[in-house]
Amino acid sequence: MKLFEVTAEPVSVDEVMGRLVHPSVGGIATFVGVVRGESGGCPTDHLEYEAYPEMAERELRRIGDEIRERWPSIRDVAIVHRTGRLEIGETIVVIAVSSAHREETFEATHYAIDRLKEIVPIWKKEVYVDGQEWKSEASRPSSGTALTGNLTPDDQPAELDARGTEEIVS
Amino acid sequence: MAEKQINVKVKFFAAPREALDMDRTEVQLPEGSTVRNLIEHLEEEHPLLKNYTRFLNVAVNRAYVGMQTELEDGDEVACLPPVGGG
Repeated sequence: MKLFEVTAEPVSVDEVMGRLVHPSVGGIATFVGVVRGESGGCPTDHLEYEAYPEMAERELRRIGDEIRERWPSIRDVAIVHRTGRLEIGETIVVIAVSSAHREETFEATHYAIDRLKEIVPIWKKEVYVDGQEWKSEASRPSSGTALTGNLTPDDQPAELDARGTEEIVS
Repeated sequence: MAEKQINVKVKFFAAPREALDMDRTEVQLPEGSTVRNLIEHLEEEHPLLKNYTRFLNVAVNRAYVGMQTELEDGDEVACLPPVGGG
């Protein structure tokens, strides 16, 4: 059962939670991203999500690793993100975080969605009655992120690449 | 003596993909070329890409890299505009 998945199929909170159920688990926190009916005052007709699926799943798994390292009480993380055409009210992404006890699950879930919006190669196109626009988190005025500092495209974090050199991605 | 060449596969997504009307291409470059060299080559071949390169991130073989990263034959390079998932 995949814990980190990009899929064109509808995503169910119950189903994703089911991937984390275990006798040692006492609490599962979830975040559900849902298609909103308007954006910046413009009524939305529908959204289209595009992904680089192999890399996206890899980055989702990385978020899971980061969470388990930062909050050791977290047992598992599952993140399932949908692609393709989504109508208003449909579920875009489900994040579920499990632990023996609830304490760290809320903060970890908040971190997961903020981090997803920073690094996962998935793109959203908002389609209106009279136009369309690719939207990124950077184009939002204020994200209320759980992370310290707001990253803009110009100062993405330095990434250690496979070849061993470190540089700010510009 | 002829300079050795490498072949890399390039993928495009979202806005740049639509602007170029192209989701992938293959590029031949001199051995030792960097990501920066590739981007400059792509800009020459596809000038519309210049509208996006300021905010582009790049991945090689599905991992984020810096502009100085040296490319190898057979690499899969992805041009990633600012992400917008969730």
